[in-house]
Amino acid sequence: MKARGRCWKFGDNIPTDQIVRADRVLLSMQDMAKHVLENLNPDFARSVKPGDILVAGKHFGQSSGRAVAPKAIQATGVGAVVVEYASRLFYRNCFEIGLPILECAGITNFVHDGDILSVDMTDGRIHNETTQQTVYANPVDPFLMDMLRAGGIIPMAAKLAGED
Amino acid sequence: MGKTFAEKVMAKAAGIEQATAGQVINVYPDLIMSHAASWRCIRTLEKMGTDELYDVNRIAMVMDHNSPARTAKTAADQKLCRAFAKRKGIEKFYDVDAGIAHVVLMEDGHVRPGMVLIGTDSHSTIYGALGAAGTGVGFSEVTATWVSGYLWMKVPNSIKVVINGPLSPGTTAKDVMLKLIGDVSADGGTYCSIEFHGSYVQGLSVSERMTLCNLAMELGAKFAYVPPDEVTRAYLAERGVQPHEYEEIYPDEDAVYSKVITIDGAELTPHIACPHTVDHVLPISAVAGQKVDQVFIGSCANAKYDDLAQAAAILKGHKVAPGVRLIVTPASKHVLERIVKDGIFSTLLESGAMLTNPGCGACAGDGGVMADGEVTLSTANRNFQGRMGSYHAQIYLGSPAVAAATAIRGVITDPSEFFAKEASRT
Repeated sequence: MKARGRCWKFGDNIPTDQIVRADRVLLSMQDMAKHVLENLNPDFARSVKPGDILVAGKHFGQSSGRAVAPKAIQATGVGAVVVEYASRLFYRNCFEIGLPILECAGITNFVHDGDILSVDMTDGRIHNETTQQTVYANPVDPFLMDMLRAGGIIPMAAKLAGED
Repeated sequence: MGKTFAEKVMAKAAGIEQATAGQVINVYPDLIMSHAASWRCIRTLEKMGTDELYDVNRIAMVMDHNSPARTAKTAADQKLCRAFAKRKGIEKFYDVDAGIAHVVLMEDGHVRPGMVLIGTDSHSTIYGALGAAGTGVGFSEVTATWVSGYLWMKVPNSIKVVINGPLSPGTTAKDVMLKLIGDVSADGGTYCSIEFHGSYVQGLSVSERMTLCNLAMELGAKFAYVPPDEVTRAYLAERGVQPHEYEEIYPDEDAVYSKVITIDGAELTPHIACPHTVDHVLPISAVAGQKVDQVFIGSCANAKYDDLAQAAAILKGHKVAPGVRLIVTPASKHVLERIVKDGIFSTLLESGAMLTNPGCGACAGDGGVMADGEVTLSTANRNFQGRMGSYHAQIYLGSPAVAAATAIRGVITDPSEFFAKEASRT
């Protein structure tokens, strides 16, 4: 469970309304991905590459449940999301769809937009290749790691149902 | 050591002796609600390769956002839900005419004390108004729970909010919550269960309890809770739900809270959430006079019968200011029926309001959107940039009383002056 790529850095308290605007939620996932965080950084959706790391500040994904928000981030190809901390619902919704997310206090002081980061979900290690520094995020509950490895709650539930 | 409401209700739903904050357990929700996202749940189920549901009686589906459909795509999504509900025998299926899921399910007696409910909507915390634990989850989680019957949940820490009443005249549950959200910020209750206690909530109407618990979501809360009492029992009895059909759960006296917050209701004044976050809150005196283009009275926070009655009491005999659009969207068909019957509908119409069909409406950007540079005063629960049309528009949030006073004056207005007039008349 590793990701490596360019750091796209965003600020604090970003609501799901900003990740995917209300007038975009009925687009196809492919089209929705073209509008992720569009008002905060229009370059992001245009230039993001598979494996890139989305970094944001505190209370990321606050407000509306809007489970399509992490799904749209996933559809951009982002390999992992690292935030100071996430809203409860956004955090859940990442695991349910298999989008790696780490909570790491101080991450916004540790990276600059454009740095190259590598992230290891299994031990929470975040290495900034640009500055050659390393930090560790809060460990993820082992049960949630299983869900991530399975690819989300649906593949996991299907697998459990198959074992019954 | 005593237990909080959240610890007790989750232990019950998990079928275990006891639960403690921080523990991750599998919980069997009593009710699984999905709304506009229902079609996504059905599509996800198809991918799971199973068609067997754990218990259809625990499933509720309400077509509340984007209703009635305005695109062929939405119409097709709703058609899919309708057919699925029929095929599966989902009795708690509510079509596009019913209204907002939360309000509809409570009005129809499906929400009861001691229940755990999950929903595809973040404002599922509202069910705490009847002493139940409600929380928002994703649509894939709903689908998985349809099949397995259970879902993982972390037992949350609890915050005790003690509200001493009565409130000063002209203030409401909305003002209590806006002030609280402003004080502790939008992440002041992240992942917590918020318990409301104190003399204000004892005997408080279910409508105002719903506003408290609904807005608790804007603190980042997982659950909200008002202890059930005679008011709760009477509300349920009116809906044919008898005490033996539910279990009231109360926190222990010595339960452990991560924080206790005390609010003095007598000191409270109307408060407004200013653009563009719900925790950017100011007393109304600081924003009074701000010109508005539109006033929206709607949403699961404040479009219940009592809310519309409160707005109508102020609007009666007045006209909406020239150039201002007053949009009223009743929360449910039941609310609409009631206001038609007792004349509130006519009062609103005569004042110059336009009434739309019940549902989420403008709160979710479905109609009532704004052009660049416009301003709306809304009774909803969110004011993020771009939520109601243009990204370059502004949303202020306030109570139904503030909304009515503002519609009359065309600028954000403290409703107290109207209450003072009422008092001098009687």
